[in-house]
Amino acid sequence: MRDFLLKLGNIDRRVIYGIIAIGVIIPLLRPIGLPENITPPVKHLYDYIDSLPKGSVIILSIDYDATVLPEVHPMVLAVLRHAMVRGIKPIGLGLNPAGTGLGLDAFSKVGKELGKKYGIDFVYLGFKPNVSATILGLGEDIRKVFPTDYFGTPIDSIPMLKNVRNYNDIALTISFSGSSLPENWIMYANARYGEKIACGVTAVMAADFYPYLQTGQLIGMIAGLKGAAEYETLVNRLFRRLGLKKPSVIAIRGMDANSLAHVLIMIFIILGNLAYFSSKRGRKE
Amino acid sequence: MSHDPWVWISAILSLFIFSFLYRDNPFYKFAEHLLVGVSAGYYLNIYWYNGIYPNIVSHIIKEHNLLYIVPLFLGLLYFAIFIPKFSYFIRWPIAFLLGTASGFAIPAAFQARIMEQAKGTILFSPSSYNSPLAFINAVLIFIGVLTVLSYFFFSKEHKGGLKISSKIGIIFLMIGFGASFGYTVMARVSLLIGRLQFLLGTWLGLIKY
Repeated sequence: MRDFLLKLGNIDRRVIYGIIAIGVIIPLLRPIGLPENITPPVKHLYDYIDSLPKGSVIILSIDYDATVLPEVHPMVLAVLRHAMVRGIKPIGLGLNPAGTGLGLDAFSKVGKELGKKYGIDFVYLGFKPNVSATILGLGEDIRKVFPTDYFGTPIDSIPMLKNVRNYNDIALTISFSGSSLPENWIMYANARYGEKIACGVTAVMAADFYPYLQTGQLIGMIAGLKGAAEYETLVNRLFRRLGLKKPSVIAIRGMDANSLAHVLIMIFIILGNLAYFSSKRGRKE
Repeated sequence: MSHDPWVWISAILSLFIFSFLYRDNPFYKFAEHLLVGVSAGYYLNIYWYNGIYPNIVSHIIKEHNLLYIVPLFLGLLYFAIFIPKFSYFIRWPIAFLLGTASGFAIPAAFQARIMEQAKGTILFSPSSYNSPLAFINAVLIFIGVLTVLSYFFFSKEHKGGLKISSKIGIIFLMIGFGASFGYTVMARVSLLIGRLQFLLGTWLGLIKY
């Protein structure tokens, strides 16, 4: 047994990569359909958006780039679908230059899917450099920070933004990010202007944002692919209730593969530890 | 299977990057260098059209507002580092940036990260919580914050009560690191899943949504 464990301890890392790859590919090709338990931070955000009156304006800040696309992009799509189907009007903007195209892709895709009109039901403002100045500027006057939208149309000629001046007219801001950038929204928009903030972050960043949920500085959080799958599940249920076509299962399918990969990783950690302690005992003997 | 040439380019580049898992090779190097080059060009373009042109150039050229020459000049001083004789002048924009950024950030960070977080640790009577579990949660947070802070208190030797408290603090820290590590594993696996969804679904058409 000890020899077997020692051999396992010296296994080529490429064999482990191969096993993980197979463990991920199988559930992607043959979905297991594991149930999604909805966690409170995701439910709170969903309920908050659901409770907003029709016509409310929210900001979706696209603060991520392609390196975290598989985790964060499904969140943006799910939140956009939820907001647009409820008649809530999202403004898209970005504080990460590499996320500009991703945000535009998400807004255009969901707008087209649900038959929404640009400038009336949703708007995309694009990227603006200098995070703190942009967030603080939005608290004074959106026109000063974004004189035009992403396509160069003056803000004043966009019907949806006619009565939108600053955070007083924006019911919620959600920052989607793979970094600590949502903290800037908490520091400047929430602490200074009292704006309601939520975030959609990668799993790596999630642990950093739990303290803000506990204090109420964040009203909700979508964390990693798991959070995206939960929000997708809630939106799919809503679409089914409204008799609409089920929009997406990309994160839900991903979580099947994620769960299986986790089981494999846990097995590898246990085996690795057993091999380590076996070798240590051998050295002592 | 996709007929879009861009999907093919993206898929082949993904495979080039994955080839690093076997060992370093010229295909991986090619994809890596391509990424760096494309990113630099992309960022330059985005910053020009969203930052430099609308915030500086258009004000000077279109509106003839010469006041904007001041920040332009200050920004250009960053390049002074390349001229040894004038490299000292890089300190001016750095000093300006440090001063303004600190002025913006310190009060906001104090409010959001210290005051609000400290308020969050205050314990109320059990009846003011939604459920008994919420009260237990609040007690755990209270104990966790105090014991972790005591672990980082180095002005007194960790003996007696302080030793016990700091030991408990370590347990809370370990639980925190464990949670972060678990989340990190999930994040990395999610990135692999995303790429495989693209390769198997968008490229090869083996996954239908």
